[in-house]
Amino acid sequence: MTTSTIVAPEKTKISVKNLNFYYGKFHALKSINLEIPEKKVTAFIGPSGCGKSTLLRIFNRMYQLYPGQRAEGQIMLDGENILTSKEDVALLRAKVGMVFQKPTPFPMSIFDNIAFGVKLFESLNATEMEERVEWALRKSALWTEVKDKLNQNGSSLSGGQQQRLCIARGIAIKPEVLLLDEPCSALDPISTAKVEELIVELKTDYTVLIVTHNMQQAARCSDYTAYMYLGDLMEFGSTEQMFFKPTRKETEDYITGRFG
Amino acid sequence: MPEKHLSSQFDHELTAVSTRVMELGGLVESQIRQAIYALSQFSVEVSNEVTVNEARVNAMEIDIDRDLSNIISRRQPTARDLRLLIAISKTTANLERVGDEAEKIARMVRSIINSGAPRSLPSLELRVAADMASRLLNNALDAFARLDVNAAVSILKEDDLIDKEFDGFVRKLITYMMEDPRMISPSLDLLFLAKAIERIGDHAKNIAEFVIYVVKGEDVRHTSMEKIESVIK
Repeated sequence: MTTSTIVAPEKTKISVKNLNFYYGKFHALKSINLEIPEKKVTAFIGPSGCGKSTLLRIFNRMYQLYPGQRAEGQIMLDGENILTSKEDVALLRAKVGMVFQKPTPFPMSIFDNIAFGVKLFESLNATEMEERVEWALRKSALWTEVKDKLNQNGSSLSGGQQQRLCIARGIAIKPEVLLLDEPCSALDPISTAKVEELIVELKTDYTVLIVTHNMQQAARCSDYTAYMYLGDLMEFGSTEQMFFKPTRKETEDYITGRFG
Repeated sequence: MPEKHLSSQFDHELTAVSTRVMELGGLVESQIRQAIYALSQFSVEVSNEVTVNEARVNAMEIDIDRDLSNIISRRQPTARDLRLLIAISKTTANLERVGDEAEKIARMVRSIINSGAPRSLPSLELRVAADMASRLLNNALDAFARLDVNAAVSILKEDDLIDKEFDGFVRKLITYMMEDPRMISPSLDLLFLAKAIERIGDHAKNIAEFVIYVVKGEDVRHTSMEKIESVIK
């Protein structure tokens, strides 16, 4: 099945052109064409194994950590193809941050969890660093909860707080794009609501891409939704349209729970 | 709904609430028939029955609304399912209003009988219009049960006929009233009665619009016929 490029009426941040991805011989993504709008939340939904996490991991070249995985085609980030770019992959990942399914705080203090990444890219003095840490924690709605215990270990926080700490760590280095891979699947409903609230706020500064199994979550916090199935991009459109009147029957079957 | 959900319980709930709407539709249709019969036979007894049964219509509306709230809160329906449930909610409200109109007709019939007005009033024409409205509602419910868009569109076209019939009837009543001032009071009752019939046609039309909304996902209320026809293509 071929998917034609569906252009969203916003400024494009990431343009995916004819992207194919292989795990060894397995063809995991098939000719994906997609324009991801800037400073919007784009959600990727689809059943397990549809390729949504695979796609997300290509955006910061995370796949290159594994031998035998290869991507063909183009992913243009602000006009540059990140697949062939000679740019240091660490710089790309500073520009395209990622938060994973399970909270992964570093085994260090809350303060250092955030400062660690910043030190790699910038040389700030102590005051500037304190300001940056506070800024990131405020931005991720965690400041009031941790401001009196910044020296405590990051793992002393609750799961939801840890996940917001990871988001704070991600935005502290001021990326342009934030990739969220199932950021709430290990969280309780209250923490989930806080992270979702945060996602909506983050889009004023960042382009946010979120992979989620929770369709209601995609409906609640995204502006655009992409439905993927067996390595194909089946449909991409505004979240409103995708959840109210999707164009393709396959999308409607999945969204309404008729997927068998 | 043609295809099954992964959750058979969800299917069961949707089928159950759709069935209840059809039951309400059946009850309301019978209310109209009874009201019209009361008019044609000048029967106080039958018109009283209509008034008594109105309570059942109201109770069913409340039942259906409760079921809908339950499904929405527990299932978080989307896309076609969501449109169906919204349409069911709107259809139920329209059917309840039709029930009110039937009761209004029954009340007017009693008022006309009590006023001792002669049977020479043009009630026969009203029966024609009432049959038309009743058939329209029947067709709208059929279209809803089968989610038949083409049937829905023909209902939208037919409602105009009832509106024309109503306008003609009003002109006729005016001549009656001008000829004999004693006819004014019963004629006004007939006017309200005719208006009730005309409203039934409007409600049938609304229900037909919701059929298009469910199937096509387009809101065609307050839309020209040309535009509606382009939507359903």
